[in-house]
Parts: sequence; structure tokens; C-alpha cells
Amino acid sequence: MKDGDPRDEKPVTGEGKHPTPHLDQLEDGPWPSFVTGLKRLRDEGAPNNQKMMNDLLGQLNHSYENKLGYWKGGTLSVFGYGGGIIPRFSEVADKFPESKEFHTLRVMPPAGFHYSTDLLRQMCDIWEKYGSGLIAFHGQSGDIMFQGCTSENVQPAFDELNKIGFDLGGAGPALRTAMSCVGHARCEQSCFDEVRAHRTIINTLLDEMHRPALPYKFKFKFSGCANDCVNAIHRADFAVIGTWRDDIKIDQQKVKEHIAEKGRKYTIDTVVNMCPTRAISLNDDDTLEIDNPSCVRCMHCINVMTKALSPGDDKGVSIMIGGKRALKIGDLMGIMVVPFMKLETDEDFEKLTEFGEQVVEFFADNALEHERIGETIDRIGLPAFLEALDIPPDPNMVNHPRTSCFVRTDDFDDEAAKWFERKAREAGLQISAE
Amino acid sequence: MNQQAEKPRMPDEVGVPDPFQYMHPVMKKNYGNWAWHDRPRAGVLRHVSKSGDEIFTVRAGTQRQMDLFTIRKLAEIGDRFADGHIRFTTRSNIEFMVADEAKVAPLVAALQEAGFPVGGTGASVSMISHTQGWLHCDIPGTDASGVVKGLMDMLHKEFVQEKMPNRLRITTSCCQINCGGQGDIAINVQYTKPPKINHDLVANVCERPAVVARCPVAAIRPAMVDGKPSLEVDEKKCVCCGACYPPCPPMQINGEDSTKIAIWVGGKHSNARSKPTFHKLAVANLPNNAPHWPEVKEAVGKIVAAYKQDAKHWERMGEWIERIGWKRFFDMTGLAFTKHHLDTWTGARKTMNMSAHVHF
Repeated sequence: MKDGDPRDEKPVTGEGKHPTPHLDQLEDGPWPSFVTGLKRLRDEGAPNNQKMMNDLLGQLNHSYENKLGYWKGGTLSVFGYGGGIIPRFSEVADKFPESKEFHTLRVMPPAGFHYSTDLLRQMCDIWEKYGSGLIAFHGQSGDIMFQGCTSENVQPAFDELNKIGFDLGGAGPALRTAMSCVGHARCEQSCFDEVRAHRTIINTLLDEMHRPALPYKFKFKFSGCANDCVNAIHRADFAVIGTWRDDIKIDQQKVKEHIAEKGRKYTIDTVVNMCPTRAISLNDDDTLEIDNPSCVRCMHCINVMTKALSPGDDKGVSIMIGGKRALKIGDLMGIMVVPFMKLETDEDFEKLTEFGEQVVEFFADNALEHERIGETIDRIGLPAFLEALDIPPDPNMVNHPRTSCFVRTDDFDDEAAKWFERKAREAGLQISAE
Repeated sequence: MNQQAEKPRMPDEVGVPDPFQYMHPVMKKNYGNWAWHDRPRAGVLRHVSKSGDEIFTVRAGTQRQMDLFTIRKLAEIGDRFADGHIRFTTRSNIEFMVADEAKVAPLVAALQEAGFPVGGTGASVSMISHTQGWLHCDIPGTDASGVVKGLMDMLHKEFVQEKMPNRLRITTSCCQINCGGQGDIAINVQYTKPPKINHDLVANVCERPAVVARCPVAAIRPAMVDGKPSLEVDEKKCVCCGACYPPCPPMQINGEDSTKIAIWVGGKHSNARSKPTFHKLAVANLPNNAPHWPEVKEAVGKIVAAYKQDAKHWERMGEWIERIGWKRFFDMTGLAFTKHHLDTWTGARKTMNMSAHVHF
């Protein structure tokens, strides 16, 4: 960095501004315009922000003109870390030199994306001084993206953010930044303490994030219920979804009020008929009857009748492993691997964290380079994965048992014996608990 | 400066920050103790705790890539009209929480006055979940924030009201890696030509075995071209996915004739009613006509209109199509059904209709 505060440099003057005819078309209309924001940084921002934004706008307009991107990656990190910075060097730096380095700092947000206005201002002040003045809340992995930093300023920008309690997120073949829904903080449908699960797991495995050494990326996401507001099943290698084992709670008086307000036909059409397992019926007296053993905890009826219905008391989580998008073998959703795990006591959280560590360790040891864990499971088969992690097979893991006869079953009796032993043990535990 | 370089500051590896220090006090106090919620109006949520406490949330759309002026404006609104605490949703909407219902109307007015649409709740079209595009990505086929701005301008009315059958979630992605994710409607770059290889650069820039390994259809092999070690693509096998381009930029996948847009429908994250689903191809080969994408907008407009008119309350896009059948989906939207809609990838057979169930 040059001597003195970068904000004291000379501002961009009128004739130095790049024309942006393509981007100018994106300023009208009712939705907030990011172009207007970028231009404001160019015209009214701190002088260092102005310069960088002027050339950034120029390059972006150039992209619109030629329908091509002009950034290339590289290697860049801060002291002590191997990841978390996304380097971007311009391929058209001769035309747009002030934004020739436009790196992003991926920074982990507070679990659940909570901020105070003071915190937002502190972040703005840091990014005004060391960056471009452009921040994205949030990227698709859940990071705050501080976009537009010179190579020279990456370290001081990180130092300032780190001093106010923020840390870099993941990039490359590493543990990635996680996401959790608003959950316990505001949602009655939440079935576990998302903040605690999210922070405990990620902070325990932090070394895997900051010093990338995994075969490929590994993502955790935490949704408090099956509505899955952070898209965990599609997007996470390790999805933690809140659920419950006992009965849905019904306030029959509120059911009657709902029907009185919305109508009986509407309630039949939108609640009874939309239950995926036909587990609900409406009684003649406008109360609901739920066949709880048939309920799959999909959340639909609870979403519709928010006052009358709510999750049960015996709450916990399901864990699904292997979600990812297309590359390389095609889209995969997470597979139900742990149908239920209690998550209330310190021991429960320790157990969850240990399981997370085991799965990541399995991934580190067994995945091929650039292979996601869902692909590893596909390659080796779910039985091998379960055996490696000492998880017994469970009917909740499948839509239906195998249809293919191409399997060797000469140890079927031994496997069946394990099933009956387990059932007996579970029954014993239940008796002793009672 | 030199002294600093000699003694680098050790990072404080704090990990995921504790959110309780930033959380609204009513939310902190009632953490894990909420009873029910409702939505007094579009864009506003009311959550009631078992303790009797209430918290009102006002949700507003943002441009996600925000300049300091926008963020400071939002912070100022948070101080003047709310209680100084905000959060963001998964889809980059901002939420202001207030304990006092009397603050809701002035807060809504202040946000609208400052140009932030209030909505995105319930059966609305929420903010498009999108990627980085030309602004920051190293392999983008198109822009993200720009085209999203155009689409959200078009869909603004459906953001500020709750008049869709159920929530409608749209995503955009600037290449087939699909960082935008699954959606009721997913608007993704879909390449139509094999990569164009600059053989002068491959040997120096690309780790060739890694590139060969990256190809999902084993169409890439090492080759000597003009006496230089390079790579060649079996163009008959190539599915034009672009997977070789990130590890090997001399295998340029983008170009006017290759970078097209496809629209996919019926993806769903939630487990409510039906199980989560992947989105399915609706239309491909639309031009990458940034900044306005008129052809994309037209097709999205048709799909949104048909869904809005025909779906039952609480049916998501995919559930609606499941009920009416794909034939009627294509009839109602006026889109073409082609051989490219027939899946050919692993597991394709399971996507075929192996029954006598037919829609007329």
C-alpha cells in the first residue's frame, strides 16, 4: 500500500469515466439496481473506490459488449491460511488497470445471518478503506463476499475483519462455509438448535477449511425442519434436517378456528388431500385426526395451519449425505443415512460432531481427487459406506428395497441376525427407559 | 510496512461467529421457544412466542451485490425505523425485526421510499438466487446480477404480493456447474458446441491428466498437435458441458454460437408434500441476449403465467406439472417438446413413462 490512507487519493474526474451503454440499461425499473450502486461508488465513493469502480464498470460493460468474461484465477492467501480468498486478475488490465486485481474475501457470516446495524457499518468502513466498496450478502455457499480487493490489500483487509471477530470461509478442495436457517431464533417449526450445531461442527473442523487438504469440497448445511430453507438436501454433502419422533401436536380448537375462517372444502383440498401419505382425515366435528405412524414429517400441514399444528416434543435430526450438482456423474441429492439422532444434550452434540468428523475423515481417506462424497458412495455402493462408518442399514434409507437380482446373498442369515439383535436391543432400551 | 511484513499478524481463527451478539433481543430471549406465526400482509411476518412476546419481520428485496451507500442506507433505516438488528435470508432478502407492531407500517414505508421492494414472503416470487457472472467469475457464460435485475423488474409485482399458487423460486446460473442451484424455474447457460482449443497454450496452462479425468463422457484424450503436447476432444461424444474449461482455460467453451440459455422447471428443495425434486428441461437454445434476455423473459413469462393460472393453492411448479402432465405443460406454455427432452444420462430409463397413464 502507498503511504497514507488510500481514501485520500484523487477522485475520478468526468472525462476519465468509461462509457457504459450496456449497463446503463439496467438502471430503470422497480428492482434495486446494482449498476446504480456501482456508479455511485464511482461517482461519490472514496477516491480509491472511485478508481477501482470506474474500471470495473468499464470491464463489465466490455463483457456485455463481447459476451465474454475477462477474469482469471490465481493463487493468493493470507498469512496462516491456504484458502478463503478468490483471486481475480483481469485479462483486459491494459484497458482497465485500476481493477486489474479484483479479489474476493470469502468471510463466514454469523450463523443464521444475523447482523446489527453497527456491525454492517464496521464492515462498510473496512471495505471502503481496503476494498472496492462492493459487498454481497451472501454468496451461494453462504459467505459474505467482500468483492474487489488488490493483492496488496488482502492481508490488511482480512486483519481488520479478523479483529472484529470474523474469519475466512472455505474455497477449493476444503471444508466450505456452512449455512443454517433462522431456526430457533424465530421459527416455531425448528426442531434443533441450529446455531449450536452449525458452530460446533464447523469450528471443530476449522483446520479443514483454512488449510485445504481434502479430495474436493465438503459442505455442511443445517435446516431446522423438512422445509429445508437452506437447501441442504440438494446442496450439502452433509445435510442436517430437523425432525421429531412422537406425534404432531394438534390444538383442536385452533383447527376449528382455521376451518371456520378458511372453509371446510379449502381445508380438505389443501390439508387433507395434500398429505403425501394420506395420514390426515377431517372429523365430522371439524377436528383433525392424524395417523402419526404414517406421517413422514414433511411439514406441509404444519405450514398451512401454523397455529393449530406443530412438531412434536421428541425432536432431533435426520442426516443425509451426498448432495451436489451436476459435475461429474450428474445431480445427486443427499441420501438418508441417519434417520434420527437426538440433539439436545451436550453428549448429543458431541455425538453429532464426532459423526461429522468421521464422515469427513472417510471422505479424506477414500474419495478420488475431485470427487464429492456422493460420488464416492455411488462408486463404492451405500453398503460399503455404511460398513465403513458402522451404521446399520435401515428401511428409511430407501424408497424401496432393491429390484435387481444381481447380488450375492449367501450371508443373508448373518445379516438378518444382526437386524433381529438390533431390534431386540432397541426394544430392551425402550423397556428400560419406560 | 517492512516491519509489518517481517512480523505478520497471526490470524485469530474464530470460525463461525456467535450470532447472539447481533441478534434482536426478543429473538435471543425467545430462542427455541416460538409458538406460531402468521403473515399480516405480504412482506411482513409475525412470530409469537410461548412467552407471549411477539416479533414482526419486514422483508425486502436487495440487489445482493451491494455498494456501501446501499448497505449504509439499510443500516440507517434499521436504526431509524427498526430496532437496529437485521438478517439476510438464503435468497439475499434483508429482514428487519421489530418488537413493536406500530413500527411496521413506517418501516415498510421507509423501505419502499428508499427503493427496496417489500415482499418475498409466502406465495410470492422471491429474489432470484444467482451467481457472479461477468462481474467476478473466471468461467462465466453470461452475467448474473444484470440479467437478474431485468427478470426481477419483470416479476416485481409478484414479489410484493402473495398471489401465486405457492412460493415460486427462480435461480440463474452462468454455466452448467449451476451454482444458482435447483429451482421451480432455473435459467442456466447451456453450451451447444464443443470447446475450441488453443493448442499453443494447453501444455503450459493445463494439467492434462486432470483435464482428461474431468470429462463426464471420456471424450478428451491427450494428443500431439503441430508437434506440441495438447488435448483433443471427440466431438461426437462431447456433451458440451464445459467441465474441461475451468481446469483448462485454453479449451474455450464460451462463444456466440455456443453460449445459449436453457430453462428448467420443477425443482424443489422443500420436503413439504412431495419429496425434493430436480428441475427438468423446458426449453433450450435461447440466445444469451444480455442485458435484457428478451427471449428468456418471454419464456419465463409464459411458464409463470400458466402456473399462476392453473395450479392449485399450495402446489409448487413441479407438483402442478405432475398433476396436469407434461403434455399439458407444453401445450399451456406453448413450448416445444423435442428429442432433447428425453434423458440419455445414467438412470434415464427411470425418467420414462413405463405405464399406460397418458394425458390427453
